Amino acid sequence: MRDELGQALVEYGRINKDVVVLDADVANSTMTIAFQKAYPDRFFNVGIAEAGMVDTAVGLAMGGKIPFASAFAAMLCYRGMEQIRSCIVYNDANVKLLASYAGVSDFKDGATHHSMIDIALMRALPNMTVIVAADGQELKKMIPAIAEYQGPVYLRISRTDTPYTFGENEPFEIGKGRVASNGVDASILVSGTPLHRCIIASKILKKEGISARVVEFPTIKPLDDELVLRCCKETGTLVTVEEHSIIGGLYGAVAELLVKTIPTPVVSVGINDQFARTALNPEELWDFCGFTPENIVSATKEALKRK
Amino acid sequence: MDHYNDQVILNLEKIARSMRLKALEIIYKRQAGHPGGSLSAADILTALYFNKMRINSKKPQDPNRDRFILSKGHASAILYSVLAKKGYFPEEDLLKWGNLDCHLQGHPDRNKTPGVDMSTGVLGHGINVGAGLALATKLNGKNYRTYVLLGDGECQGGIIWEGAMTVGKFKLSNLTLIVDYNDVQLDGFVHDIMPIEPFSNKWKSFNLEVIEIDGHNMREILEALDKVEHIHDRATVIIAHTVKGKGVSFMENSNFWHGNVPNKKQMSQARLELSESIKTSRGAE
Repeated sequence: MRDELGQALVEYGRINKDVVVLDADVANSTMTIAFQKAYPDRFFNVGIAEAGMVDTAVGLAMGGKIPFASAFAAMLCYRGMEQIRSCIVYNDANVKLLASYAGVSDFKDGATHHSMIDIALMRALPNMTVIVAADGQELKKMIPAIAEYQGPVYLRISRTDTPYTFGENEPFEIGKGRVASNGVDASILVSGTPLHRCIIASKILKKEGISARVVEFPTIKPLDDELVLRCCKETGTLVTVEEHSIIGGLYGAVAELLVKTIPTPVVSVGINDQFARTALNPEELWDFCGFTPENIVSATKEALKRK
Repeated sequence: MDHYNDQVILNLEKIARSMRLKALEIIYKRQAGHPGGSLSAADILTALYFNKMRINSKKPQDPNRDRFILSKGHASAILYSVLAKKGYFPEEDLLKWGNLDCHLQGHPDRNKTPGVDMSTGVLGHGINVGAGLALATKLNGKNYRTYVLLGDGECQGGIIWEGAMTVGKFKLSNLTLIVDYNDVQLDGFVHDIMPIEPFSNKWKSFNLEVIEIDGHNMREILEALDKVEHIHDRATVIIAHTVKGKGVSFMENSNFWHGNVPNKKQMSQARLELSESIKTSRGAE
């Protein structure tokens, strides 16, 4: 996913000269280095100073630029939170946050570098749009859309490559969910990297005679309420899957919507309010966290029981 | 360097004195605000807004205007008094400050109040935001200047020095930092709470040019602001030595008046002193 980020920034930066990129000494990891090589005059490395970087990006936005500020999600959110609140969203500054190595994708570094509550934090901020990339192809479509959207955006990017789910011509639109596979018995709502594991789960379920719909929500805020409610009406029970704490992410957003509209059973698959750990590869850590096709299958069966 | 004749200086001094009185009046009216840091910053804001900055209150969003960031956003009373006098909004708005339906917030809000270039209030943001603005100015090939007024107390926070590194690295000569160094913060003297000295050397070691002035001497303020424009290889910080609560005898150098509001008797005394200083001024507004 990182390579696609670099490519997308370079490609869009060629069209739009107002795009500038900032990084906090992780350009070789996040791959914003590609933008630096292409347009050195529009790239600013501020060193290991995420909070200062956020404010500097705000100043660039005030000067009419479209700044993309890149760092590891954990440091960007936790170090930069007050700056994001006071200077980005309170000022309604047109800053785009590139939160790389998100979720537990930095499996080698472990819990210090995991961001499991970033979506909860970001979606609680007024004026903030929260977007989660599921794969590199989708990410490439997101960059121009985010740049052309006027206002603050938090874009969550994994360190790990995942299979492309949608066709190359499938459009991405901020605020719209994407139906990955149809089904009538239950809906599996997913954001981010577990998407492909949900597809595998739906195939297992199909073999067992259960028709599960898989719907990706790349935008968590604003949530595609209409699509969530349509899934409720048409399938009657839901599962949410996310590489995030079960507190405040997609599960929270969906549950908040449903209690005030169509109360519907929701079973969540996410990180169960605990720190994760170091692993040898991302797949092993995803398994440890419970994002296995088998768990998604049993969550769906549980959701069906509650229907 | 520009030469300022005595009358220009006297006129600006008179404006600064009337801005002090106005700031205190609106704090008293609202029964909230920060008198000490508003009074210490009065001369600096007057020099910027009534002489130095290239601005037009009829075009508050002019892309070529000079920018001002009140990093010490608590001193909103003096900024609001200056902006009203410059015509960014009606003077009568000042008396509605803090009302739910008034655009004037406790701290400056760029989305609500015309003339405010950056919403501030939480300390420490001005320097990095100013650095970003200065970078954008250079990228855009523009020549407007960004001024940031910092408090001395906020320089205790680490993010200021993240900003100092950024400003130093990118040699942002179109950015002027001014520190309102009144040596008083909420809990006491800056030199007791958390000393910031050697202050000048700190900035120098971050590769900034340093000019030290008396922040209540109008001529020194103006000449320093002029001098900055001739320094092209680095950013400059003007360390303006000031007196917290300047102009009101019982408020001077006291942390009590950081965020407390005068009672009726105290306000009468303050009004008397400030009015007298305006009356005895030989300047014309």
